Amino acid sequence: MKILVPVKRVLDYNVKPRVKADGTGVDLANVKMSMNPFDEIAVEEAIRLKEKGVATEVIVVSIGEPKSQDTLRTALAMGADRAILITAEGEVEPLGVAKLLKAVADEEQPGLVILGKQAIDDDSNQTGQMLAALTGWGQGTFASKVEVAGDTVIVTREVDGGSETVSLKAPAIVTTDLRLNEPRYASLPNIMKAKSKPLANKTPADYGVDVAKRLTTLKVSEPPVRSAGIKVADVDELVAKLKALGVAA
Amino acid sequence: MDFSYTQDQQNIRDAILNQCSQFSDDYWLERDREGLFPLDFYKSMADAGWLGVAMPESVGGAGLGITEAAIMMQAVAEAGGGMTAASSIHGPVFSLEPIALFGTEEQKQRMIPPILSGVEKMCFAVTEPNAGLDTTKLKTRAEKQDGGYLVNGEKIWITNAHVADRMMLLARTTPLDQVARKTQGLSLFFTCLDRSKIEHRLIPKMGRHAVGSNMLFINDLWIPEEDRIGAEGEGFKIILKGLNPERILLGAEAVGIGRNAIQRAARYARERIVFDRPIGMNQGIQHPLAKCWAQLEAANLMVMKAATLFDKGEDCGVEANAGKYLAAENAFEACHTAMLTLGGMGYAQEYHVERLLREVLIPRTAPVSPHMILNFLAEKVLELPKSY
Repeated sequence: MKILVPVKRVLDYNVKPRVKADGTGVDLANVKMSMNPFDEIAVEEAIRLKEKGVATEVIVVSIGEPKSQDTLRTALAMGADRAILITAEGEVEPLGVAKLLKAVADEEQPGLVILGKQAIDDDSNQTGQMLAALTGWGQGTFASKVEVAGDTVIVTREVDGGSETVSLKAPAIVTTDLRLNEPRYASLPNIMKAKSKPLANKTPADYGVDVAKRLTTLKVSEPPVRSAGIKVADVDELVAKLKALGVAA
Repeated sequence: MDFSYTQDQQNIRDAILNQCSQFSDDYWLERDREGLFPLDFYKSMADAGWLGVAMPESVGGAGLGITEAAIMMQAVAEAGGGMTAASSIHGPVFSLEPIALFGTEEQKQRMIPPILSGVEKMCFAVTEPNAGLDTTKLKTRAEKQDGGYLVNGEKIWITNAHVADRMMLLARTTPLDQVARKTQGLSLFFTCLDRSKIEHRLIPKMGRHAVGSNMLFINDLWIPEEDRIGAEGEGFKIILKGLNPERILLGAEAVGIGRNAIQRAARYARERIVFDRPIGMNQGIQHPLAKCWAQLEAANLMVMKAATLFDKGEDCGVEANAGKYLAAENAFEACHTAMLTLGGMGYAQEYHVERLLREVLIPRTAPVSPHMILNFLAEKVLELPKSY
C-alpha cells in the first residue's frame, strides 16, 4: 500500500508571530519556517507503517512557494521515499489544497492519506475532511492510534470526554493528533540520502485545478492584551462579584 | 560572499538541536556532578550517524567538510551540553582525519568504522608534560624492533583516555640528535590502548568533569607495524594538517557556549522582576548582553570564513587562529556577562551559567593559548620579529 502525506511549510512553532503593520496578515519576512508539527507526526506515522511492512512507499506532497521544497527534503530525510512539490504563489485555501490532493490521489492511488489535523498557521482544520468528501473515502480524524490490517484501518480518535474507535476501509483519510507518536530526529545518513531522492515539480495547472482565492481576508490583528484581574479579599466578596456578573445565582 | 547556510547546513543544525533536546540541562549538570562519561548522549550521536560527519563515505561517513562539522559541533555545544557534550565526541568527529588522509585502505576499513558506530572509543595522545606546544621536543620514544615498536613515555591532558579502547599516539621513532630537522623522526600510531602497559591518572580540574583528562604512563607498550599511520618519521607533518580544523571546531563550539549563556541571561532578564519591572528593562543589563551578542556573531563569521577556506583547500592558518581567539575570548565574556546578569543566582549550579563559565575556559586555553595566537598573528600578518 502506498501512503500519501501532505506537508505544509509554516512559521516555526517556536517563533512568536507578528502581525504586519497594515493588518493584512502575519509577517513572514526573515523568520524561521519549518514543517507543520502535525504533518511531522503524519510523516512519522507513515514511515512507521512502512517499517512494519504495511506500506510499500511513502510519498510526501507540498503545495506552496518554491521554498516548500525544504520542507519536503526534511520529510525525505525522516524517511519518506519521494516527493511532489506543487508550486503555487500566495495562499492556497483548504478547498484548493484538497482539490489538488484529490488529483494527486487519483494519480498515485494511495491506500492511505495521512494529514496533520490542522496547520498551526491558520488552524483551519478543514483539508482532511474536504479531501474525504471529494474522494468519497472514509475518514478517521484526530487520530491517536492507527492500526492497519489488510484493507481495514482502525483509527482511535481523540474526542471530547474520551476516545472513539472507528473502522475504515482503505483507501481512507487519517488526520493526526498530537499524541499519535513522537516524530524521529533525522539522522545524518538519512539527511545525505534525502538529497538524491526524487522530487517532482508540478503546478496546479498540471492537475487542472483552479486555486484562486474564494475568501477575502478583511483584517488580521494581534490578540487583545489580557486585562488585569481583580483581587478579592474573601469568599463572600467572590460570590458577590460572581452574582453581580450574572455567572452565579 | 554568501553568509547563509545551505539547505544541508540548515538541516544539520536543526537535526542536531532536535537530537540534543533529548538531553536536558539537568542531564548535563548531573553528569558534571558525578563526573561520569555521557554515554547515552555518545551512543545517540553514534546511532544517528553523526560521528562520521567529516569522514569519507567509503568508511561509513557522510563525506562533508569542516564547515559542516563546525556547524554540527556548534549546535552540540549551543544546545546546552557545552564543552562536555562537544569534547565527548571530539575524537571521532575530528581526530580520525589522519587515518582518512594517510592510512592505507586496510587501515581505514579496520580502524574507522568501529569508532563511528560507537563500538569503540578513542583518544588522542600528543601533548607531554615536558613538551607542551613545542611538540617536536616530545620524549615518548617508539623504538623500532622486528615487526613493530616498543613504546615508553608519558602523556598529559589526554581527553577520554580512561574510557577509550584505541589511542592515536605521536612518538619519536628517531632521536632528536639523529635527525636533520627537529620536525623529522616523529611517527603517528593508531593502536589498542593496552591497560596492562598504560597507566592512566585522571587530572582533578575546574570543569567538564564528565569528560576526563588524563596523565598517561606508557611502559613497554608493543605497537605492531600495521598500526603506524603514514610513513615512519612523518608524524609531525600529518599532525600539522589537523591543527587548523581543530582551532575551527573549538572556535565554533565556543560561540555555541556563548550563545547559550546569552540566551539564558536574556530570558532571566526578561522574567526577573525587581522594583516592579523586569531587570532587562535597564540599559545597564541590556547593553552588555547586546555587546556580547554582536561580538560573538562577528567571531563566528571569522570561524566560518576559516572553515570555508579550509574546505576549498586554501590556506586558513591566520583565519583559523584569529577565529579561535575571537570566539573563545568573546564566549568567555558572554558567559561572564550572563553570570553577572543573573546576579547571585548565576553562582548557583541550577541556573547552569556557572557550568558554562567553567567550561568556556577550555577553548580559551586549548588547543593553543590566546598569547600564542597573538604571537602568531603578529609575526604572520604584521611581519613583526619573533618574540620568543
